[in-house]
Amino acid sequence: MSDAPEATIARAGFHPWKALAGSRTARRRAASAFRIAFGLAAFFLVLEFITSIGLVPAIYLPRASTIVARMVELMVDPKFLKQVLATLEAWAVGLALATLISVPIGVLIGTSELAYKMSSPVIEFMRPIPSVALIPLAILLWGQGFTMKIILVAYATTWPILLNTVYGVHDVDPIAVETARCFGLKQRTILWRISLPSAAPLIFTGIRISASIGLIVVIGSELLASADSGIGSYILFVSLNGGHMDSVLAGAAIAGIVGVLINSLFGMIDRRAFAWRYFGAAAQ
Amino acid sequence: MSPRVRSNTAASALISALTSIAARWALGLGLIVLWQILAMRAGSIFFPPPTQIAKRAVELWLSGPPSRLFLGDGVFQDILPSLFRLLAGFSLAIACGITLGTLIGRSRRISDYLDPSLQFLRAIPGPALVPVFILLLGTESTMRITLIAFGSVWPVLLNTIEGTRTVEPVQLDTAAAFKLPRRALLWRIILPAAMPKIFAGMRISLALAVILMVVSELIASTNGIGYRIQNAQIMFLLTDMWCGIVLLAFMGYILNRVFLKIEDNALSWHRGARGRSAA
Repeated sequence: MSDAPEATIARAGFHPWKALAGSRTARRRAASAFRIAFGLAAFFLVLEFITSIGLVPAIYLPRASTIVARMVELMVDPKFLKQVLATLEAWAVGLALATLISVPIGVLIGTSELAYKMSSPVIEFMRPIPSVALIPLAILLWGQGFTMKIILVAYATTWPILLNTVYGVHDVDPIAVETARCFGLKQRTILWRISLPSAAPLIFTGIRISASIGLIVVIGSELLASADSGIGSYILFVSLNGGHMDSVLAGAAIAGIVGVLINSLFGMIDRRAFAWRYFGAAAQ
Repeated sequence: MSPRVRSNTAASALISALTSIAARWALGLGLIVLWQILAMRAGSIFFPPPTQIAKRAVELWLSGPPSRLFLGDGVFQDILPSLFRLLAGFSLAIACGITLGTLIGRSRRISDYLDPSLQFLRAIPGPALVPVFILLLGTESTMRITLIAFGSVWPVLLNTIEGTRTVEPVQLDTAAAFKLPRRALLWRIILPAAMPKIFAGMRISLALAVILMVVSELIASTNGIGYRIQNAQIMFLLTDMWCGIVLLAFMGYILNRVFLKIEDNALSWHRGARGRSAA
């Protein structure tokens, strides 16, 4: 089990916003909304203070308020929004591709002891190859466009989904499987009715982890491969053309906000779709 | 290993051990052989056969004089600088992550206030900050180590906060009943209780650190494995490029193994104490 950090996280309940989600009463909800707002405001003020006392020239590190102003400008700029859409498109297609590939393979590896044994050295060698190290190869093979991005994203996001699927399917309650077998259910029915539903929360956790990784990989590959579109190529463009650090940081911050939104969205889906899991955990 | 072993003789044990090893490596070897055959047939310059990659890797890294343990120049120019920056950045991330995480995690209020900001910082893609880091810190190792540390600190930081925050109340009450001093409380109760989560975070941080090591070497660099891969691509030395990629796979594999070993030693008490319920 110690082989899957993703699984450990899933098990440990890695939900930093649990305080928010778990609050039952409106009062507690209001209190945590206040904390979020207050915390973010304090964070901004500290940044503003650090950037305004002139430790480093403002051309290198602009004031926090300048960056926020630039962010607001960017968020209503249709040209920039087009780049955001290009990034999100590559992210979504890559993630979907990784899910379609890894879940079936993960089910196969998780249900067959032999497949599990045979595939583990291959996975252990391929997983640590950072997708950014494949950028030079990907540029040669697929150029600097959409295909290159989605293949890199799919490569990077495959591993958490694959491993979580393997662990999820592998850890299905054997009594449930035996019971189903006693009732004469076919192997396929057992897979669809028992193994997959019981592995689903863990698989989804894998997809959620991959969603965050995927966004970082898209933006990273856009920037490092100087791709033809996306937030990453915008950042590269403004940093090379005059070194507008306010635009660079505003772009990075918007990427961060998109990341937080994606993560919260997946967290919300997780809580809605697998509410029974949290209910069960709370009852224990 | 296998329940099918019926007799206890040494020979059958050996055979079953060998079959187990063979099964473990069969797929990997099969894929390499398949790659070899396909690559030789296709003759594509983009996918050189594994034998050619292995030969070139030996030339690059293992053809030095005996006085240097046969390590080639490539080891000193690329692998060691990369490893040094990786370990420096990762150590910095762990030190900052655990210290800050414990400070924040001990106070529920502080962690509630800081959480949104930390989630936001974590979500900023490391590569997007490369231009800023270059401007502020130049293009020397300092910049690369800082980038690695900044990018990989979040999993260990957030897991430390979570771990130190969720110590079992019974343990804390017991410590309070025995009037345990604050220092002992931290070192003997809180940190050990948080250790499994801290280690889970550190493993993710290590993987991120390897990624950022490569990222930091793809831009404005003069040495390192990432630089070597990119340089090979620019010069169209595709076998060299593949060597770099394969080297990263080996490095990742070994780092992961070493980390698992350390984690195993550090957490063996935990598994023993919790028994099956934690497994």
